[in-house]
Amino acid sequence: MLSTTSTVVAAGESHNPLLPATPDLVWGAVCFVAILLIFWRLVLPRMKTMLDERAEVIEGGIKKAENAQAEAAAALEEYNKQLADARAEAAKIREQARTDATRIANDVKAQAQADADRITANATAQIEAERQSALVSLRGEVGSLAIDLASGVIGESLTDDRKASAIVDRFLSELEADEASKAGK
Amino acid sequence: MHPLAAASDSTGGFQGPSIDEFFPSVLLFDGTPFEINRIMLARFFAVIVLFLVFWLGTRKMKLVPGRFQSIVEMGLDLVRVNIAEDLLGKKDGKRFLPILTTVFFMVLFMNLTGIIPGFNIAGTSLIGIPLILAAVAYVVFIYAGIRKHPGAFFKNALVPPGVPWPLYIIVTPIELVSTFVLRPVTLTLRLLMNMIVGHLLLVLFFTATSFFLFESGNLFALFGIGTIAFGFVFTLFEILVAVLQAYVFSLLTAVYAQLALNDEH
Repeated sequence: MLSTTSTVVAAGESHNPLLPATPDLVWGAVCFVAILLIFWRLVLPRMKTMLDERAEVIEGGIKKAENAQAEAAAALEEYNKQLADARAEAAKIREQARTDATRIANDVKAQAQADADRITANATAQIEAERQSALVSLRGEVGSLAIDLASGVIGESLTDDRKASAIVDRFLSELEADEASKAGK
Repeated sequence: MHPLAAASDSTGGFQGPSIDEFFPSVLLFDGTPFEINRIMLARFFAVIVLFLVFWLGTRKMKLVPGRFQSIVEMGLDLVRVNIAEDLLGKKDGKRFLPILTTVFFMVLFMNLTGIIPGFNIAGTSLIGIPLILAAVAYVVFIYAGIRKHPGAFFKNALVPPGVPWPLYIIVTPIELVSTFVLRPVTLTLRLLMNMIVGHLLLVLFFTATSFFLFESGNLFALFGIGTIAFGFVFTLFEILVAVLQAYVFSLLTAVYAQLALNDEH
């Protein structure tokens, strides 16, 4: 398996391992050049091409992912914008409804107020009219009653209508003045 | 240069390994500069395997790699990312990548022939390959330095500015020796000696096993079990050393280039 000294060149001939023999250098150089050419011209260019392609594919993938992310971000922004629009729209509608309701309520209130005022005015006028008529009839009745009473008291007939009428009027005006002063208090 | 061989003569039957391990008999073209022996065949084998692995591994490269392509990519990325780009940066790393990749895989594959049955000798265990690669590293870092700092590279390296002038008497010789002499020498010897010693250890363990089992007396055969176990452990260790030396060699080549590029002081 292993070479031993018996196969070695002429016995007794000494070799210095630090001194290169010519064939050693020749074949060593040939081997070096061959290997250099293999790597320089064949292997490393192939490796470089493949690494460039790989880098390109990886960069392409990164680019694609970036694009997808940008698209997603744009979609999200669009969605948010639409959501904000919808919210604003809803708020506007609510606001509109609120003002409408207020306006309607005010209208109704005003209408009711007007009706109430009108009814009150009518009632007041009617009351006044009734009071006037009552006053007039009362005045007639109170007059004749007072004349009768006074005739009885003084024993004479107050036939003299002019005189009687004057007395009644005076009495009534005093009564009114009295009432007015009472009301004035 | 036959200390072990001389020692083995006195022990009689046992023949330990000697430095002649690394000078096997010539198989082809004897006497020409193209002599081929077993170590040269191991180198050719390493080149062919390396070519097949990387040719097949990068023939139809897919963006999502399969198992084989992943392993090939992992190997190439070790040099590209961990050595070239980490030390030299993206731009300079790209410039020196072919050289660094060649250095790494040439050392690795040629180291590994040391444990492949049939070869059992590392292609790097003869000084030729370590020397050539150290020369390449030497040329690379001087080239990088001159290109980066034309005219100022040697001055910066030998007469670093900012040092009081009397110190140059000491600093300049030290810098000269450490940068321009010791770097290539240590690169060469580190790899060469690792491979030589690793091989000698393996030969020693396995020849000793053979001797104990088949040539010595009965009880000595027990030693054979121990020696073969050690041989196995050191075979695994040789794999580690093969990878480590390949890494160290290409890393130092990159470090020297980086020092030359950054030599601004």
